[in-house]
Amino acid sequence: MIVGSQLCKRYPGGFEALKNVSFEIAGGEMVLIGGHSGAGKTTLLKLLSAIERPTSGSLVVNGQNLVALRHAALPFLRRNLGLIFQDQKLLFDRTALDNVLLPLEIIGLSPKEAARRARAALDKVGLLEREKANPIALSGGEQQRLAIARAVVNRPTILIADEPTANLDEESARQVIDLFVAFNQVRVTVIIATHAPHGIPGKDVRVMTLDHGALAS
Amino acid sequence: MKTWFRQHFAALARASRRLLRAPLSTLLSIMVIGIAMTLPAAGYLLLDNLKALGASSTSAQQMSLFMETSASEKQVAEARDNLQALLPDQWRFVSRADALQQLKANEGMAEIVSSLPKNPLPDAFIIEPVDASPETLERLSSTLASWNGVAHVQLDSAWIKRFDAFLRLGRLTVNLLAVIFAAGLIAVTFNTIRLQVLAGAEEIEVARLIGATDGFIRRPFYYSGILQGGLGGIVAALLIFVGITALSPSVAQLAQLYGSHFALQGLAFPHILALIACGGALGFVGAQLSVSLALRQMK
Repeated sequence: MIVGSQLCKRYPGGFEALKNVSFEIAGGEMVLIGGHSGAGKTTLLKLLSAIERPTSGSLVVNGQNLVALRHAALPFLRRNLGLIFQDQKLLFDRTALDNVLLPLEIIGLSPKEAARRARAALDKVGLLEREKANPIALSGGEQQRLAIARAVVNRPTILIADEPTANLDEESARQVIDLFVAFNQVRVTVIIATHAPHGIPGKDVRVMTLDHGALAS
Repeated sequence: MKTWFRQHFAALARASRRLLRAPLSTLLSIMVIGIAMTLPAAGYLLLDNLKALGASSTSAQQMSLFMETSASEKQVAEARDNLQALLPDQWRFVSRADALQQLKANEGMAEIVSSLPKNPLPDAFIIEPVDASPETLERLSSTLASWNGVAHVQLDSAWIKRFDAFLRLGRLTVNLLAVIFAAGLIAVTFNTIRLQVLAGAEEIEVARLIGATDGFIRRPFYYSGILQGGLGGIVAALLIFVGITALSPSVAQLAQLYGSHFALQGLAFPHILALIACGGALGFVGAQLSVSLALRQMK
């Protein structure tokens, strides 16, 4: 459960990216956050993943008030969130498998169990046979799927993705969306920021639209 | 606990891999650290050897008490009793007759001694106090000189004082050197680790976003600093070993010419361990400062 109340975010220099945004997202819900460029979608995702803090208002994620969260508690919050970025943020000095292993190394899982879970995640996104490939050798769609594998390997309760299909062709974008739908079907809350929130055929999806930092619908 | 060990072991492995990934720069850093540690360590070792040399020189600890030539047997016996009470079994008596015999035994002295009308030598006590600090010897000398029938107390305290002052000055200089080189070692580690942090900035950013604690991010860099410092300590111990091995024969030969059995002492095993531990600790400090600063800048 995520509850945002009267959220405001003002950056140094005075730019107000979010203005009194209030919303509720139930556990297991799939939400698309739409809006034109600069509407505040990415800012809202940064607040949800505690990369930034709101200037005012309150934001409760999985029962934790992010406004009052201590810096030392942030890593433990993020271990329950799967973050997927538009630029993927993959590490190109290691293999696809090693990229997926990183979150498991962080939580101190045994190498054997970590390898088993990382391979399972790669299998889920259809990249098991590419486990030894360097991410640079993967296509854009494959890189995005690899980023999803890394995000879900810790079995998070919430998946947060920022424009995950922005640079993908239609087929790759469909594969990526299908993955999000599949994770949502097993009760993972999925929040996707996209500039074109067209909905997903055959799927009950809520669309939240931001306009100049305010919630339009 | 198992997880804790696993994470530390993984961090150590990551640090080792990071060092091995740039072998030349790692080797150069370790050499610089090793040389920086060699100078003060060699200084301490030199002072220890000089101290041992000073302690092995009996003249440095020896005092001679000469009775007046006219001293009566009673006065000599009194002096003997007083000495036994003051410094039990730390003295020996040389009678004037024995002293004359010893003088006679010296080459070319027999004739001269025979030509003397009477024995000019006094009874004497050779004293070797257990506590041979300059202050104690000075105090002892005043006490002995005040006894009845004592003509002269000979103490080479000036030489001892000079030697002691030299050792003190040497120790101070080496301490200053150690502080300067420790700062240098911290600076070298600081810079190396800073470069490693900058090179791994992307990984740090990603790790933070997916739930890495500050400890997880810092740990490999700490181990990197400890490894470099510790290996630097081993290099320093090796350099000192090579130096001692090279100098030992010449020093032994020189000592023999002076009738001494003095031999240069190298680093003992606890000293080597201390050197490695010091290197590791200073490496850790350098890494700690570097990582804290770099991570703060990255935030």
